[in-house]
Amino acid sequence: METNINHSNAHTSHDDQGHHEHQELKFWQKYIFSVDHKVIGIQYAITALLFLLLGFALMGYMRYQLAYPDTAAPYGFGKALTALVGQEMAPDGKMSGALYNSFGAMHGTIMVFLAIVPLAVGAFGNFVVPLQVGAGDMAFPKLNAASYWTYLPGGVIMLISFFVPGGAAKSGWTSYAPLSVISDHGPAFHPIMNGQTLWLIGMTVLIFSSLLGSVNMIVTIVQLRAKGLTWMRLPYFVWAQFVTAFLLLLAFPPLQAAGVMQLMDRIAGTSFFMPTGLVVNGQIWDHSGGGSPLLWQHLFWFLAHPEVYVLILPALGIVAEVVSNNTRKPIWGYKSMVYATLFLGVVSFTVWAHHMYLTGMGTKVSSFFQTTTIIISIPSVIILSCLVISLYGGSIRFNTPMLFAVAFMPMFGLGGLTGIPLAFNATNIVLHDTYYVIGHFHYIVAPGTIFAMFAGIYYWYPKATGRKMSEFLGKLHFWPSLILMNGIFMPMFFQGLAGVHRRWHTGGVVNGEALFEVTKHALHWNSFMSWSAWLLAVAQIPFIINFFWAWKRGEKVGDNPWEATTLEWNTPTPPPHGNFLKEPIVYRGPYEYSVPGEDKDFTPSWEEPKKSKTDLVNL
Amino acid sequence: MDIPYTVNNRPDTGLYNAKLGMWLFLASEVMLFGGLFSAYIFLRLGADDGMWPHQILDVKPAFINTMILIISSVTIVQSWAAVKMGNLKKFKLYMGMTILLASAFVGIKSYEYYTKVHHYGLITNTRIQVTGYLDQDKTNDQVVAIIPDKHQAFESGKKFMETKLEAGAVSAGHHEPILFQRSDLVWFSNFMPRYNTFFAIYFTMTALHALHVIGAIVVLAYFWGPGSKMFHTNRAQFANRIEVVGLFWHFVELVWIFLFPVLYLL
Repeated sequence: METNINHSNAHTSHDDQGHHEHQELKFWQKYIFSVDHKVIGIQYAITALLFLLLGFALMGYMRYQLAYPDTAAPYGFGKALTALVGQEMAPDGKMSGALYNSFGAMHGTIMVFLAIVPLAVGAFGNFVVPLQVGAGDMAFPKLNAASYWTYLPGGVIMLISFFVPGGAAKSGWTSYAPLSVISDHGPAFHPIMNGQTLWLIGMTVLIFSSLLGSVNMIVTIVQLRAKGLTWMRLPYFVWAQFVTAFLLLLAFPPLQAAGVMQLMDRIAGTSFFMPTGLVVNGQIWDHSGGGSPLLWQHLFWFLAHPEVYVLILPALGIVAEVVSNNTRKPIWGYKSMVYATLFLGVVSFTVWAHHMYLTGMGTKVSSFFQTTTIIISIPSVIILSCLVISLYGGSIRFNTPMLFAVAFMPMFGLGGLTGIPLAFNATNIVLHDTYYVIGHFHYIVAPGTIFAMFAGIYYWYPKATGRKMSEFLGKLHFWPSLILMNGIFMPMFFQGLAGVHRRWHTGGVVNGEALFEVTKHALHWNSFMSWSAWLLAVAQIPFIINFFWAWKRGEKVGDNPWEATTLEWNTPTPPPHGNFLKEPIVYRGPYEYSVPGEDKDFTPSWEEPKKSKTDLVNL
Repeated sequence: MDIPYTVNNRPDTGLYNAKLGMWLFLASEVMLFGGLFSAYIFLRLGADDGMWPHQILDVKPAFINTMILIISSVTIVQSWAAVKMGNLKKFKLYMGMTILLASAFVGIKSYEYYTKVHHYGLITNTRIQVTGYLDQDKTNDQVVAIIPDKHQAFESGKKFMETKLEAGAVSAGHHEPILFQRSDLVWFSNFMPRYNTFFAIYFTMTALHALHVIGAIVVLAYFWGPGSKMFHTNRAQFANRIEVVGLFWHFVELVWIFLFPVLYLL
């Protein structure tokens, strides 16, 4: 391996393809069309956080409709809605049923594909993984930039779809056929510029982006590990990103195929997902028939279940890093966590049809997927247990990243445990179309993954900027968020168990009367949850202020402010293009905290051993 | 720090970066085509009895295309070997042949698509079904002229009309066009994707495959033309590039090796 003692300015191109070195990088080369993994990571982070805010805003409007059905939102919010999406979708500031459906579909799409995954993989994966494996950059820097510059147009296409006639896609983030094929269809709609078609095109673009990113990630981890960084010395975060990249690589293409087929159904008039003799609005739909709506569901969930682990594994990785650093202990059961993660990655490809128990695909098929689903809970429990046991006996530093990481555990646990009744066929049939399911997966993704993302932002912010975010504002962000998250999602379990359906766009009330007697007593939670949601938006203000304030004004810190052991803290701060001043060599595992006999409570993995040479094996 | 292993192998993995990247990309491609093949199986198994057409496509051009791809897999390996042996002329020859073969494949495929544009199926209001080529001269606003196919063993997509083919309604080997009044027809369409799910999956899969071939032609042409300058500046890396694009090309061939029997023979 070539050792290249490098310099802390951005003058040297690491470009391996024989191009000339850039003497002066212009602003747009350095910050816009950069090929530096750290800049791309930050681009991903900022774009994804904006989409997170947008997804949240859509939900804010939906919660208003649920709490106060068919009234215009006050303080100009209703007027703003009409101004944005038009009188037809939002008459006089009130939310129409179509707009509610559209916001629901786009909330899911934006949150999963444009916010959480880009944040977890695009931002954290890009920024942290090359640093943690001791590489100068990702293996293919241009491909990395291409990945971001495909993701952004994908997002823009999704945004444009809000403003075409008929509004954005309305068939759920799952786009179930045949509903999705017949929607936004007919003389009133443009053949391409309509919500559902743009959704499909946007997804196709996003899948390209994820493909480029995942190939890059795996090659970086396999090929660019520093000297001495053996597989079992990798930080758990890298393992999590490694398995995540494989899931993205292999699970997304079938959805790509399905997306192409649905586009064909919509544009070329094929019948991939259209059954024989389908009647729409009293007329036989003009198509050949012979297709299968179930086929779409199979292809969709073949992606979307591994996708769940794409959402959660990087979060677990961040939590492991933060917990180990702040308990000043190695994480407990590192190897079990690694093997559990690998096992989870493989099994996640065999559980998809547990989303389809209600489709009547047959009891034998259901039993199979019920079994695999219960099996996959085992590695999840192993990982979470290891994290919880890691806390035991630690002298814990409760800084902001640690608070978010610790809060992640019970929240994720709650989300996971409430999933078990959903894994079983018999109970699933009762619960599937209720708010119980919404509560279950939001506990995993919202106070679970998003909390872990916050932990990661607070934890790696000093490395990215050279400054720490404010602890006071951080705590002001954390505590209300924790309480309000539960205020939103806990009542969903009560409502779901009472039978409140998850797709009622007026919250189960019509003209002031409850739709069904049986759910009547659970509907008062609607306004409670909505207020929790809006207050949660307010609780994010300290974070937004903190994020920008600390950029220029935060407390200046050195290269290793958290006294951590993993390689990313061995670079100058912020790391220059090329990251390391000299080629790092790894001498030990990733979490050597509080090693007996050492003079400090952390032994960085890059520090040469002083006493014995026995650690030098595997070099 | 520079990025290592762009040209030479990493000792413990035995791979350079781009080669691993290509293998991973191909894994993802397997899943992409795998999704479509699964859809094919799903649709075929789900089709009602007698509703899935068998051997409706002309095997000859597809067989020629199969041969073309098999030959091109040899020529591309030869072009890589020529780079390894330092013979630029030979490289250009074999790479040029590969590009021509790939272009011939696309040409024959286009011809196959073109014939389907004029291949029609129709159902009359007396429940007679006929497939055949359109006689464009004799077809007008009122009349549809069809030269019937020799084998009329093919069901229309419009299943819900409960059409039963009346065997012998059209004599086999008829060379003269049969004239139908348009007002007598309940279903009339050429063999485009919307005709039935077989043509839908046929066009989707082969078009996606053809896009891969066209993409490969662009990349191969680049290496044949301007990209070949690297032969003089960094031959080891140039050989790597040809090896990696060769991997992709072999994959594209392999997909066709599956597509050919599945769509034409089974």
